[in-house]
Amino acid sequence: MALSDKDRIFTNLYGTQPWNLEAARRRGDWDGTREMLARGRDALIEDVKASGLRGRGGAGFPTGMKWSFMPKQSDGRPSYLVVNADESEPGTCKDRDIIRHDPHKLIEGCLVAGFAMGACAGYIYIRGEYYNESVVLEAAVAEAYEAGLLGKNACGSGYDFDLYVHRGAGAYICGEETALIESLEGKKGMPRLKPPFPAAVGLYGCPTTVNNVETIAVVPTILRRGASWFTGFGRERNAGTKVFCISGHVNKPCNVEAEMSIPLRELIERYAGGVRGGCDNLLAVIPGGSSVPLLPKRICDDVLMDFDALREHRSGLGTAGVIVMDKSTDVVRAIARLAHFYKHESCGQCTPCREGTGWMKRVMDRMVRGEAEIEEIDVLEQVTRQVEGHTICALGDAAAWPIQGLIRHFRPEMERRILERKGQAMPLAAE
Amino acid sequence: MSQPHTEPDSFAFDAESEGRIPGILARYPEGRQASAVLPLLYLAQRQMGRATGSAWVPRVAMDVIAERLSMPAMRVYEVATFYLMFNTRPIGRFHLQVCGTTPCMLRGSDDVLRACKDAGGLKGYGDTSADGLFTLTEVECLGACVNAPILQVDDDYYEDLDYERTVALIETLKRGERPAPGSSIGRQAAAPEGGPIVLTGAED
Repeated sequence: MALSDKDRIFTNLYGTQPWNLEAARRRGDWDGTREMLARGRDALIEDVKASGLRGRGGAGFPTGMKWSFMPKQSDGRPSYLVVNADESEPGTCKDRDIIRHDPHKLIEGCLVAGFAMGACAGYIYIRGEYYNESVVLEAAVAEAYEAGLLGKNACGSGYDFDLYVHRGAGAYICGEETALIESLEGKKGMPRLKPPFPAAVGLYGCPTTVNNVETIAVVPTILRRGASWFTGFGRERNAGTKVFCISGHVNKPCNVEAEMSIPLRELIERYAGGVRGGCDNLLAVIPGGSSVPLLPKRICDDVLMDFDALREHRSGLGTAGVIVMDKSTDVVRAIARLAHFYKHESCGQCTPCREGTGWMKRVMDRMVRGEAEIEEIDVLEQVTRQVEGHTICALGDAAAWPIQGLIRHFRPEMERRILERKGQAMPLAAE
Repeated sequence: MSQPHTEPDSFAFDAESEGRIPGILARYPEGRQASAVLPLLYLAQRQMGRATGSAWVPRVAMDVIAERLSMPAMRVYEVATFYLMFNTRPIGRFHLQVCGTTPCMLRGSDDVLRACKDAGGLKGYGDTSADGLFTLTEVECLGACVNAPILQVDDDYYEDLDYERTVALIETLKRGERPAPGSSIGRQAAAPEGGPIVLTGAED
């Protein structure tokens, strides 16, 4: 049965109502927040753990557990909450709508999460291109201060919590949590080695937790409605509702909040008007943002949209950015363009990524035209393995996986191009 | 593509920029004012846009920022050149930023690029039109994929474009008007074309 509106968290996802505090209160935000905080840090973390909430930024790490890594007692250093609003994963545009249409869900979530982890302040790091969205967010934060919901004795809780908006400036890598922290400190966005993890040494050398916008924004609703309400959606270990972004070759691209574990086919047909030209016209889907391997039609026909089901097919839920490709797609070019993306966005710190992304892009560009030898497909695959897992952060992996997925599922198409080009070239050579 | 340009001899924050700096610095703990380097670079770029019609950050402005934040100038240069959104050379009056990443590519970003070249009088990425009105840049995923393809003009996203609507947009910009940003086919944000099918209030 399809998710009903009464179970949707983001009731203003499309911006049909105002974003302001008054409208947000009518939607149920900031309701009983003080009483919620009065339950204490441990109770809140236990509830978030019980809800099964997993991070919505791509990695899917259990949120309650992440919060529990923060020190219970300060050693003199302050703790920080950092919200990752550097939404830049190709295919993903959900946080943008939360920020511009429902900013108070995020702001209330920051207070609750910040309280639960003992943070004195939060920074929302929003990608620089989201200028208009940052204007809304800053205005909403100002409203919250004005109403006494943030700052000293936030929400009448006796707890002091400050919240600031910080704009990035056009670097995908800053979506990686330690690169984001470096950037927030005023440096180039280059990831740090872990350990130490941010919960021990993060922003300004202090304990820090970095969470995605959607993760933080769903927390107040989960706490109000109860963990068991949230676990009522999706399969075990894949609880809750999720904002999906359905782009590419569907009749009606859109964002929609649906239940986890919804069949991919149902997601596309019910909410996005189906595949352009009908479901038989489907070629492949990238189910979780550009970093996860694509899936061919035969898997798309019955796969479920959750962390575990997609992992079983050697792909992933990632950010739930669903990129649909119909049979008119030049699938080699579609993946080559992603190779270009990762080359452009590599920070250049680790040699396998800096050199590997450029090398993979150049070979992929030749593969688009068929200007290659068949054996080079295997060489390309081997190079992706040499990049994967050999870098400080996951950008190297993210660059490798789409190409691995292409070779796994569309190798015959790559070979066909190479042979076709040779077939054309040979008579010319004989002349 | 890149032609030589003239760097100004001096830069000083104007009253409007100065008015914003204390509020920016107050966001960061004492001794951590280097965190303000991105916001101050933005201030400088915006001020240049106001003053000269070209929003870019000259090197003297980076020096001023370094001094203000007690950072070595080299650290500011590093940051200014690492992040794509700072223009380290003059640009046109309007900055046309075409997203060419796969979700936009699948929905026709090639046509948006062609329209920018045709209507803007631009040879390709990196080019500035002879009249100084437009600079064309390829950007990576803008994060508005369900409204692809996207053209970002300065701060604003224009969405759901095709060749004709992109040409019309650029012609409007030439007349000195700035259309409202958002969907060019009247969609409600990221709702499906034709209007939302959930959150319609029908359940109430």
